[in-house]
Amino acid sequence: MEYFLQQLINGITLGSIYGLIAIGYTMVYGIIGMINFAHGDVFMVGAFIALVLIIGLGLTASAGLGLLILALILVLVVAMVLTSMWGWTIERLAYRPLRGSFRLAPLITAIGMSIVLQNFVQIVQGARVKPLQPIVTGGYTLIDDGGFVVQLSNIQILIIATTTILMIGFTLLISRTSLGRAQRACEQDRKMAALLGVNVDRTISLTFVIGASLAAVAGLMYLLYYGVIDFFIGFVAGVKAFTAAVLGGIGSLPGAMLGGLLLGLIETFWSGYFSIEYKDVAAFSILAIVLIFLPSGLLGRPEVEKV
Amino acid sequence: MAKSPNSFAASLTDAGIAALIAVALFGPLVGLKTEVTTGGLFLSQRWGDVAVMVAVVFVGRLALNLLVFKTDRPVTRSLAAALPSLTGLGRFGALLGPALLGLSVVLPFLMMYGAPDQSRYVIDLSILVLTYVMLGWGLNIVVGLAGLLDLGYVAFYAVGAYTYALLATTFGWSFWVCLPLAGLLAACWGMVLGFPVLRLRGDYLAIVTLAFGEIVRIVLLNWYDFTGGPNGINNIPRPSFFGIEFSRGEDGFAAIFGLEYSAMHRIVFLYYVILALALVTAFVTTRVRRLPVGRAWEALREDEIACRSLGINTTNTKLTAFAMGAMFGGFAGSFFATRQGFISPESFTFIESAVILAIVVLGGLGSQIGVVVAAIVMIGGFEVFRDLEEFRMLVFGLAMVLIMVWRPRGLVSTRVPSIALKERKAIGGELVGEGHG
Repeated sequence: MEYFLQQLINGITLGSIYGLIAIGYTMVYGIIGMINFAHGDVFMVGAFIALVLIIGLGLTASAGLGLLILALILVLVVAMVLTSMWGWTIERLAYRPLRGSFRLAPLITAIGMSIVLQNFVQIVQGARVKPLQPIVTGGYTLIDDGGFVVQLSNIQILIIATTTILMIGFTLLISRTSLGRAQRACEQDRKMAALLGVNVDRTISLTFVIGASLAAVAGLMYLLYYGVIDFFIGFVAGVKAFTAAVLGGIGSLPGAMLGGLLLGLIETFWSGYFSIEYKDVAAFSILAIVLIFLPSGLLGRPEVEKV
Repeated sequence: MAKSPNSFAASLTDAGIAALIAVALFGPLVGLKTEVTTGGLFLSQRWGDVAVMVAVVFVGRLALNLLVFKTDRPVTRSLAAALPSLTGLGRFGALLGPALLGLSVVLPFLMMYGAPDQSRYVIDLSILVLTYVMLGWGLNIVVGLAGLLDLGYVAFYAVGAYTYALLATTFGWSFWVCLPLAGLLAACWGMVLGFPVLRLRGDYLAIVTLAFGEIVRIVLLNWYDFTGGPNGINNIPRPSFFGIEFSRGEDGFAAIFGLEYSAMHRIVFLYYVILALALVTAFVTTRVRRLPVGRAWEALREDEIACRSLGINTTNTKLTAFAMGAMFGGFAGSFFATRQGFISPESFTFIESAVILAIVVLGGLGSQIGVVVAAIVMIGGFEVFRDLEEFRMLVFGLAMVLIMVWRPRGLVSTRVPSIALKERKAIGGELVGEGHG
């Protein structure tokens, strides 16, 4: 039971990170119907920007609590801004010229961009794995009855709390603001939205900006949680997050979060109880099984094709 | 685009903004490099590189603005007029296929007698290009003809390679016995993996096929007893000339045919094997396109609902497309195994699938000759830029993006209809459906 609880906590933490990345996929897919393959690498770029900032600020675990929180918020905001500029630039250079072109063209440029980002970071930051000393340390012991000790670390609290706050803020952004309305309108019918005065290009750009900034948050969280990053983390994380988005029903925001959490839990429990080597196989198999029985994901709207 | 009165000032401002964005993009990542030392991480500064990159962005953007974007007479238009149009291809296009075929048949002899010191390199490179041409043609059946987006094609390549490697190293079977078996097994796997995804469409199909590709790789990586795990399989037998080994000994190829022994014999032989395999792929594809099943593939790509209402069995149609594409992938895989003599899961990563898909799409979906052109441009170009070392993959990715932006329909975007009444007319790729899975 204790072991189960510990795996649950770990799974939710991992799932939060997947969920944050998955939102970027699901929003872009919802609005322009393309798989943004470079998104996983935008997440990786975000993690590297955060790493550079943390080292630049000389942030260590020995800083005082107040200072640490302030500095982390600063790193978070700056990383979000810089990473979203990457997202914006990629959209502008590689996807916008192909808008309205045939469907596979942006997919290929996205794969190309993903290769470009990986190799760019490998060249400028080196191929070696970057280990970072733990910055957020400590935690609470939830259950200690002589057997298995269940712990909730501060970093896990930080990740889950940040994700929850961002999800609430983000849901409000989509449901209440004019940007959110424009976004939902474009999702339903881009041409009609344009006729009604929505600046479609700007809305799509903003979608990429939001997706990239959430990916930057995920990047920072990943960096703080695992403490090691390299230029290749984007691929695996990207595939997993996309799986999460599809699992939850692509185009659906709560679906992305739910899918992320489920995927995190599946992976953690599989590693905890069965074999760690085959955790990716488990995640992908669940995806295939879900899609066979629910072809539009858990919360996705079934695609109705009009003839 | 109309020329504004102060287009130079506008261009300058625009380039300035681009440069500012470049500062934000490159500043932290290029300017500050994280170095790993024993004492932890520290930053080294490289602001000179940032300045160079920003300057390149500024000048490049300014030049583009002045010459292309913000002028009445863009250079690209006059360039396009000067160059022969690839879209039309015209008479040149009709000759391109036979010309390439002729060249590929005589290439080894041309090289061996024309430039013997270069021949080894050129023929090796041609073998690589032909392998990708074959893979591209195989994937073209699935993506280009049937319109099913497959991101896990490398799985079948892996199945073919491991089938040959395991059969040859365990039972000592010859390449020519294993080749059909590898194709057959890959085709079975194509059906096995195709079956669950029958109901999926478009991007769902893409992600599930990607997942299958990864599953196959992970299993190969972790099943030590069977596949050797990350160590792969060593000492895979080389192919023989129908039983005659390419060896120095008495009963070797050179001795039997009365030639002087040369290591080139095997390479030239491998070249012709892959050329023949690739041509078989192309031939079978063009023939099958005219069979009912081939027409059903193309109908499926254009409109699945219409297909179903006309009584086409979409299940069988999709499965045959998957199986046939996979079969050629399997052939190519066993060729790869016998050529390398060593295989490991590292050769079958997602990036391979992406490269093959890129060749198909960059060439122009459904176009046979386009695949050849794209494979030569991408794989040949990749090898030519060998000196760039770590920048090579970066250039490769950039080329993918640029070619796609430049020609979204692929390098060869005309289609010749499979069947026609009276007259066969090539049509632009824009008029062909791209399939929704």
